[in-house]
Amino acid sequence: MNPCAILFPTHQKPEEHPDFNMAHQSPIIKKGVNWGIIWLYLALVFIGLISIFQVEYQPDMDLVKSWTGLQTNYSKQLLYLSICLIMGMFILITDSKFFSATANLLYVLGILLLIATFFVGKSVGGSRSWIPLGFMNLQPAETCKIFVALALGKYLGQLETDFRKPQAQLIAVAIALTPAIFSILQNETGLALVYFAFFIPLYREGLPAAYLISGISGAILLVAAILIEPDTLLIVLSVLAVLAFFLLRSKIRKNKTILLLIAGVWVLGIGIQRIGVPYIFEDVFQPYQTERIMSMFGKDYMPQDSLKAAAFIREKQKQGKVKDGEKQENYNVKQSKIAIGSGGFLGKGFLKGTVTQGQFVPEQHTDFIFTAIGETFGFWGSTLVALLYFTLLMVIIKAAERQRSVFSRVYAYSVASVIFFHVVVNMLMTMGLAPIIGIPLPLLSYGGSSLLTFTILIFILVRLDADRQMVIR
Amino acid sequence: MSDYIAIRSRVIKVAFAAAFLIIIAQLFNLQVLSGKYSRMADDQAIYRRVVYPSRGLVFDRKGKVILDNTTLFDLVVIPSQLKGVDTSFICRIFNIDTAEFRKRIVGAIIKNGRYQPSVFQGLLDDSLYARLQERLYTIQPGFDLVERPIRKYPYNGAAHIFGYLGEVDPRFLEKHADEGYKMGDYTGLTGIERSYEKVLMGQRGIQYWLRDKMNRPTQRYEGGKFDTAMVAGSTLHSTIDIELQMLGEKLMAGKVGSLVAIDPQTGGVLAMVNAPTYDPNLLTGSQRRAQFSKLYSDPALPLYNRSITGEYSPGSTFKTLQAVIGMQEGVITDSTGYPCTGRYNGCGNGKPGCHGAGHSPNLKSAIAVSCNSYFAHVFRLIVDQQRYGGVDSGIAVWGKHLADFGLGHRLGVDLPGEKPGLIPDAKRYVKTFGPKWNSCNVVSVAIGQGEVNSTILQLANAIAMIANKGSYFTPHIIDSIDGGDKFGLLDPYKKRIKAADIPDHMFESVHEGMDAVVQGPTGTARRMKIEGVVMCGKTGTVENYFKGKKQRDHSFFAAFAPRKNPRIAIACIVENGGFGGTIAAPIVSLMVEKYMNDTISKARLEWVERYSNMKIMPAKIQAEIIKRDSMRRLAEIQKMQKALEKQKQKPAEKVPSLQTMNRLPKGRLPQQPGTPKAQPSLVWLYEPLRYFVSNPPKTGRAS
Repeated sequence: MNPCAILFPTHQKPEEHPDFNMAHQSPIIKKGVNWGIIWLYLALVFIGLISIFQVEYQPDMDLVKSWTGLQTNYSKQLLYLSICLIMGMFILITDSKFFSATANLLYVLGILLLIATFFVGKSVGGSRSWIPLGFMNLQPAETCKIFVALALGKYLGQLETDFRKPQAQLIAVAIALTPAIFSILQNETGLALVYFAFFIPLYREGLPAAYLISGISGAILLVAAILIEPDTLLIVLSVLAVLAFFLLRSKIRKNKTILLLIAGVWVLGIGIQRIGVPYIFEDVFQPYQTERIMSMFGKDYMPQDSLKAAAFIREKQKQGKVKDGEKQENYNVKQSKIAIGSGGFLGKGFLKGTVTQGQFVPEQHTDFIFTAIGETFGFWGSTLVALLYFTLLMVIIKAAERQRSVFSRVYAYSVASVIFFHVVVNMLMTMGLAPIIGIPLPLLSYGGSSLLTFTILIFILVRLDADRQMVIR
Repeated sequence: MSDYIAIRSRVIKVAFAAAFLIIIAQLFNLQVLSGKYSRMADDQAIYRRVVYPSRGLVFDRKGKVILDNTTLFDLVVIPSQLKGVDTSFICRIFNIDTAEFRKRIVGAIIKNGRYQPSVFQGLLDDSLYARLQERLYTIQPGFDLVERPIRKYPYNGAAHIFGYLGEVDPRFLEKHADEGYKMGDYTGLTGIERSYEKVLMGQRGIQYWLRDKMNRPTQRYEGGKFDTAMVAGSTLHSTIDIELQMLGEKLMAGKVGSLVAIDPQTGGVLAMVNAPTYDPNLLTGSQRRAQFSKLYSDPALPLYNRSITGEYSPGSTFKTLQAVIGMQEGVITDSTGYPCTGRYNGCGNGKPGCHGAGHSPNLKSAIAVSCNSYFAHVFRLIVDQQRYGGVDSGIAVWGKHLADFGLGHRLGVDLPGEKPGLIPDAKRYVKTFGPKWNSCNVVSVAIGQGEVNSTILQLANAIAMIANKGSYFTPHIIDSIDGGDKFGLLDPYKKRIKAADIPDHMFESVHEGMDAVVQGPTGTARRMKIEGVVMCGKTGTVENYFKGKKQRDHSFFAAFAPRKNPRIAIACIVENGGFGGTIAAPIVSLMVEKYMNDTISKARLEWVERYSNMKIMPAKIQAEIIKRDSMRRLAEIQKMQKALEKQKQKPAEKVPSLQTMNRLPKGRLPQQPGTPKAQPSLVWLYEPLRYFVSNPPKTGRAS
C-alpha cells in the first residue's frame, strides 16, 4: 500500500531504528524525519534542474561558467535551491509548536503582503503580483498557500471548532479563499484557482461531499463541453446516467427521489452542454473572449453566426493576426503538444530535443518545463516523473493519516492538495487537456518563489510529521 | 466516525490516482499512439539546407575566365513564420497588392510546405537588396535573404556559346529523376551550360540544421550525420579565343548572319559569332523573365544560334568541295581546263550564268575566278559517270563524299540544337522532276545553290578539312575538364576523321586556287590581303528571294590561314550583305589578321569601325517587325475601343467614334479620362519600316 515502504523500508518506523537514541541527541536531524519525502523532494528538484538546463543548453558553452555564473536560469535555480535547503534546515530545527503558534499571525501577514503588492508591486508578465526583494521577486499569492495551510490547520485544530456546523465550514472556506480574491484582483487567475484545492482537506475533515462533487463535475463538464464533440458528450452523459441508475437500482427501489435526482442531473448536464455553454460563448462573451478560452485548450474558434464571423475575421485582419488562414492564438498548446508528442516512447535523449533546443515552446523553463521532459525522455520518463509525484502525494497522505493532532493532519492534506492541483493542472495543460492558466509544476519549474513555497510547505510537513505523536494546536 | 474518515481518505487517494491515470493515458496517447507530432516537430525544427555549389568556370584558350559566377540574393519566405511581419512593406517594395502577396504565399506553401523556405522573389537587384537588407529585422523571421550564386559573363558576349540557365520544369524532372534535381533548381537549357551540365553543376550538398522558433539555424542535426558534402562544378577549358570572339561580335553587329572559326589542328572552335546577339548578363538577374520574353519575341531572333541552326546555301564556297570530289572520283585532275565564257552551255540553256573570264586553264584558276561553268561541268562529270550506271546512283556517290566532309548530317559539336543541313539525294529529285530527271535539272547545286544547305559550322569544318588536306576533328568548344572527363563527354573530339583520300598535290592545287582568290591579281577577294599571312579563301554570293522578290545577295566568305600549317579555318555569312567580297570577306580577313598577328594593323583599324557600323536588316525580318508592331497596335486600338464603348454607356460624355479615331494621325490616339493610358507615341515602332523604305535592298547577281 505504501510506496514509501518499498522505496525506503528502513525509515518506515524510525522509532525502532538503532540510531534512534543518537538521532534524539542531535538537534537538527530529529527523530522520525520522513526521509522518503525528502528524497522525493530532492529527486524532483534535480530533475527540474537538468530540465531547465536542457531548455537553455547551447552546445558551445562553458559548463562550469554557466552553472556558476548566475547568468543562466539553471544557475539561478541552483542558488534558489541552496537558499531553500538552508531554509529547510532551519525549519527542521524549529520547534513544531512554533508553526501553530504563529499560524494566525502569518496568515494576517500573508494577507497584508497581498494587499501591499497593490502599492509596491512590480509588474511581471502583465500581472502586478510581485514584490521585489533584490535578489529575487516574491509573489505573495504563491507564498500565501503556506499561511492558508497553517491557518486552516490552526482553525480546525482548535478544540472549540465544530466543523459539522455550517458556520465553521463557512469560516474555513473564507480562510481558504480570501487570498484567491486578491489573486484575481491581481490578474493571477491561475494562482487563485489553486486555492480551491483547499476544499480537499476540508472534505477530509467533514465538509459535505456534495459541494466537492458538484464543483468538480461542473468543472469537468465545462471542459468536456469545450473539448468533446457535442454528440459524443451527450452519449457519454447518458451512459453515465444509465450507469448511475444501474448501480443505485436497489436504493432507487426504496427511494424514488434518487431517480429524480439522476434524471435532474442528466437534464442539467445536457442543458449546460447543449444550451448553456454555447449560449455563454456565442452570445454573452465577445468573440475574442471566447477565442481566448478556446485557445487555452489549443482549439480554434470561429463564431457560429456568419455575420459575427465575418466581422470577427475583419477585426483580426485589421490587427494583422490572420496570416494565410492560420491563427496564432493557440501557438503555446500546439508547440507544447508537439514537444511532448514527438518524444515517442523512449524520448529523443538528453539535450537532443529538437523542439526544446529550438525554443519553440514559450515559457518552457517555467510553466512548460514538463514538455522538455516529455520530449527528451519520452513516455517512460514522463510517466516516471508523474509517478514520482504520485508517490510523494501518497507518502504525504499516509503521513497525514498518522498525525495525532488535527492541525498537522489538515496541514498535511493541504500540502498534498496544493501539490496535486498544481501537478495535475500543469501536466494536463501542457497536453492540451486543461486550460493554460499559468501555474508552475512544483519543484521542477524555474522560479524562486515557487520553489521556496513548496520547499517550506514540504519541510514544515516533515517537521510536523517528526512530532506526529505530539498534540499541536 | 472512523469508518467515515477512512472512506473519505480513500476517496481522496482514488481521486488522486484517477487524475494521474488520466495524465498517463494522455501521455500514452500523445507519445505512443499518435505519430503526427514527431512529423510536426521535424517539419518545424529540422531545416534541410541545400548548399548550391558554384557552377564550373570556363576559361578561354589563353586562360582568361570567360564564364564566371557572382552572388545575388533571393528573398525567401517561410509561411508559418509570417506572424507580425510588416507585409505592407514587402508589398510596397515589390509594388504588388495584397492579393498578389497572398497568391505568392499560397504558391510557396504548395511548393515547399509551410515550414520550409520558398523563394518569394528571386535574384534581387542591388537597390532592392539594399532596401531589404536595411529593414530586414522588421520582416524576419518570416522572410530572409539567401545567397544564390548566378552566372557572370565578364565579356558580355559569346552568349550563344554559353547558353543560359533556367528553372527546371516538371518534364525535365521526370526525365532526370535520379539526378537529384528538385523544383526551383536551375539547369543549363542551351549552349555548353546544357551539354556540360553534368560536370558544370557540381554536386549539391544537403545540410540538416536544427533551427529555433525564430527560424535561425542553430546547430547541425545529429552533428551532421545525415549531411552530404557539396562538390563545386568542374572548371572547363574552352578553345574559344575570347578576344577574337568579341571582335567578331563587334564586326557582325547590326547585321544578320554568323561566323565560325575553327582551329584545323584540333577542331577546337576559336570563335562562334551570331548576329544579332544579346548580352548574356541580361538573362541572369531579377529581370530575367522580362528580358527573356523580349528577346524571345524579337523577330530578328537574337536567341537563335545561327552558326549551328541556320541552314544556308553555301554558294561558291561549295566549289572547293566540288573540286575535291571531282579529283577523288578521277573525273578531273588539277590540270583540267574548261572554257569560262559567261555561260555554261553543257545543258543548252546557258545556265548557270557567269561573269565571263575567258578560259580557265586549270583548277587553280577556276577556283580563283570562281568559274560557274567549270564546276557545273565537274558536277555533271561526277554524277553522270558511266560506271555508276545512272544519275540516281551518281548523285548518291556525290552525296556520300559530301557526307564524309561533314555535310548533310549533324557534326556532333558540343552544343545542343545543331541542325543537319541538307545534301539532296535522288529520291528528292525524283519527287521534283519525275523519274526521268537528269544532271542538267540540278546543275545549280554544283555552285552551292539550289537544294544544298549547310550550316556555317559545317562550312567552316569543310574548310578545315581542305586546310588539313583531307581530315578533320569534330568541332568542339571544350577541350579539357579539370579533374578529368568522368563522363567521356570529350571522347568524340579526340579522334581525327579521314574525309577525303587524294594525293596532297591535288589539295595543293585547291589551296593554290584559294590562295589566288586573295593573293592573286584577279582574285575575288584580292583586297583582303593580310600582311605577313598567306590566307586561302573563297567568296560566295547567294541569290535569295523574299515573297517572290529578289533580295540583295547573301555574302559568304570561307578561308583558312596560313597556307602552310593552317591554324585557322573560318566561314562567314552576312545575310543580304551583297557580294562575298563586299562584307563577309573583309570581316573574315580582319578576324584572321587578329588571330594570326594578335592585333590589327593600323591601316586596317578603320575597317573595323566601317564594317561594324554597317547595318543590314533583311527584308524578311523587317516585315516581321512591321507585322508584330501592327498587331500590337491593333490590339491597342481594340482595347481602347472597348474602353470607349464602356464610356459611351455613361451619358453626357463626348466620345470620338472609331472612325474619328482612325482619321487621327497614326500612333497617336486621344486619351479619354478613364481609359487605359495609351503609349504616348507609337512612332518609334515604325522606325525600322522607315529605314527599310529609305534604304531599299539592292539586287545583285550570283558571282
